[in-house]
Amino acid sequence: MAKNIYEKIWEAHVVHEPAGEDAILYIDRHYVHEVTSPQAFEGLRLTGRKVRRPELTFATMDHNIPTTDRSVPIRDPLSKQQVETLKQNCAEAGVECFDMHDRRNGIVHVIGPELGLTLPGMTIVCGDSHTSTHGALGALAHGIGTSEVEHVLATQTLLQKKSKTMEVRVNGALPVGLTAKDIILAIIGKIGTAGGTGYVIEFTGEAIRALSMEGRMTVCNMTIEGGARAGLISPDEKTFEYLKGRAYLPKDKSWDALVAGWKAWASEPGCTYDTLVELNAADIEPQVTWGTSPGMVTGISGKTPVVSELQGVEKLAAASALKYMDLGEGMPLSEVTINKMFLGSCTNGRLEDLRAAAKVAKGHKVHPSIQQALVVPGSHEVKQQAEAEGIDAIFREAGFEWREAGCSMCLAMNDDFLLPGDRCASTSNRNFEGRQGKGGRTHLVSPAMAVAAAITGHFTDIRTWNFND
Amino acid sequence: MQVFNKLKGIVAPLEAVNVDTDQIIPKQFLKRIERTGYESMLFYDWRYLNDGKTLNPDFELNAPRYEGASILLAKDNFGCGSSREHAPWALDNYGFRCIIAPSYADIFYNNCFNNGMLPIMLPSDIVEELFDEVRAHAGYQLEIDLEAQVIRKPGGESIAFDLAPFFRERLLNGWDQIGLTLRHEAMISAYESGRGFQPVGS
Repeated sequence: MAKNIYEKIWEAHVVHEPAGEDAILYIDRHYVHEVTSPQAFEGLRLTGRKVRRPELTFATMDHNIPTTDRSVPIRDPLSKQQVETLKQNCAEAGVECFDMHDRRNGIVHVIGPELGLTLPGMTIVCGDSHTSTHGALGALAHGIGTSEVEHVLATQTLLQKKSKTMEVRVNGALPVGLTAKDIILAIIGKIGTAGGTGYVIEFTGEAIRALSMEGRMTVCNMTIEGGARAGLISPDEKTFEYLKGRAYLPKDKSWDALVAGWKAWASEPGCTYDTLVELNAADIEPQVTWGTSPGMVTGISGKTPVVSELQGVEKLAAASALKYMDLGEGMPLSEVTINKMFLGSCTNGRLEDLRAAAKVAKGHKVHPSIQQALVVPGSHEVKQQAEAEGIDAIFREAGFEWREAGCSMCLAMNDDFLLPGDRCASTSNRNFEGRQGKGGRTHLVSPAMAVAAAITGHFTDIRTWNFND
Repeated sequence: MQVFNKLKGIVAPLEAVNVDTDQIIPKQFLKRIERTGYESMLFYDWRYLNDGKTLNPDFELNAPRYEGASILLAKDNFGCGSSREHAPWALDNYGFRCIIAPSYADIFYNNCFNNGMLPIMLPSDIVEELFDEVRAHAGYQLEIDLEAQVIRKPGGESIAFDLAPFFRERLLNGWDQIGLTLRHEAMISAYESGRGFQPVGS
């Protein structure tokens, strides 16, 4: 029987399925960062256990680090301690760690693919829910908690129950001006934030195939916001082209042999899934979230909901979200004004995102009502490449701040955060209450839409933008 | 890991759907490197006024009648968002050993069991009934009997709940999951030899 990619990867990684228990799944790659790992390493120390496969484990610091001058020490003593704890733990365990001064440093979900550490057919975990990003390369990748981080460190395996599978098929060609971010927000709007709970999603269809690898990463990244732990895209020629020449590719096999191995993971024609969700790319508009959950989203020509028209749970949630967001009912999204902008994160901090955003910014100026417009590359490598292309200069001239790489204002653990009452156009992944700073209000959008909003001061349909080529 | 067997305690209601882990414990508290001491940080942005100290009188959990609660009654998709295990740690440190909700986010659900906590799933209408009963009676308590897989109401009526047998066993015995997995260490080694220690994809 024809198999889908999830079934293939699952079967190749089951070490053992004890009767009546979850399967023991072998983990090929374990990414570690400073926030969710200290208690796991401490657990190993307390039980006298060792890291089983340090060579399959890679660490980076990204959540806590400053995006300003890195030559000065981290000011916050707790952040400093956490970053230093990671370094120490990695040194003791023999795990390679890309510290914040390392040229390979960056957000864990940006550098994994960038370094060629993430490969098709792998099982990948990290103590971070956006690990689903790596599924864009055809890997089964998902977030885990700290106890599970400890479990993987100690055993190189994870206990898992086999998930149900969902095919999300995006048919047709994506209209001009639309991006991967709009696709995934539209999908979450359709299935809801718990629509994927218990499932692994495979994204298929013409519009997904047409995306670049970076666009595919954006889609898989936000799979978790639809409730599914993992999202995958079957590897194809674009995947292989993307991986060519990456630093950490296996050295003991020819390129052709590697590609042949990777190809074999793709879903087979005629394979089946437990459920199917279909969207037409032509129906998708540039998306803007209006609420406090990524599923509270609509097109740029849409309006905030009218609470009395909703029912039950949705009604309660919408009323509470509009109150927090300080937005009226039935208000056009294009009339919502902002005072901050954040471009970056593991969702939209890659080179293609910065290029697309710079095209919008070129020859324009940030609107006088904007108090801060941050551009934070996803990795040191992305930053360097962008600078080589003059992207930083375009942003600076337009009045944006150009920062060092890191998670930054996506979750605001470092010094980049919103103040109470701030309203931010953000390319990140979560618009939860207080996510970007207590009392801050987040609207999730694509990089182009974020920059357009920073220039006009309100959400603006990118399809009507005046590009200065 | 702490054993979970029987629990009788005060029930506190949390009136919101899609409660994300950013609400359960905001990011500024994730900089600590400990597993304990998170009790004062639970639901921080909801629990306190803007000064971060004064209890918010509008947040239901702050009402004196819910003091000492050990069972949290919640709504759909509880624990969505970030994988931070600080969320179950904060709930546990505060005193909640059991959560009752119609549904949970996957990662949060697993994280609970790894901390000896019991997240119970019940149909929405039954959860709604419990919300009504909790609010109608100050000091409302439930008794959770994990062995028998039932919740006993004050009037003696009981509600059965489903749970994967493996999860049940782990909680009842307080088993350390790493220790359990290492019973199969020889199979992990055999698997690795079969692949020559190379990760798939190599």
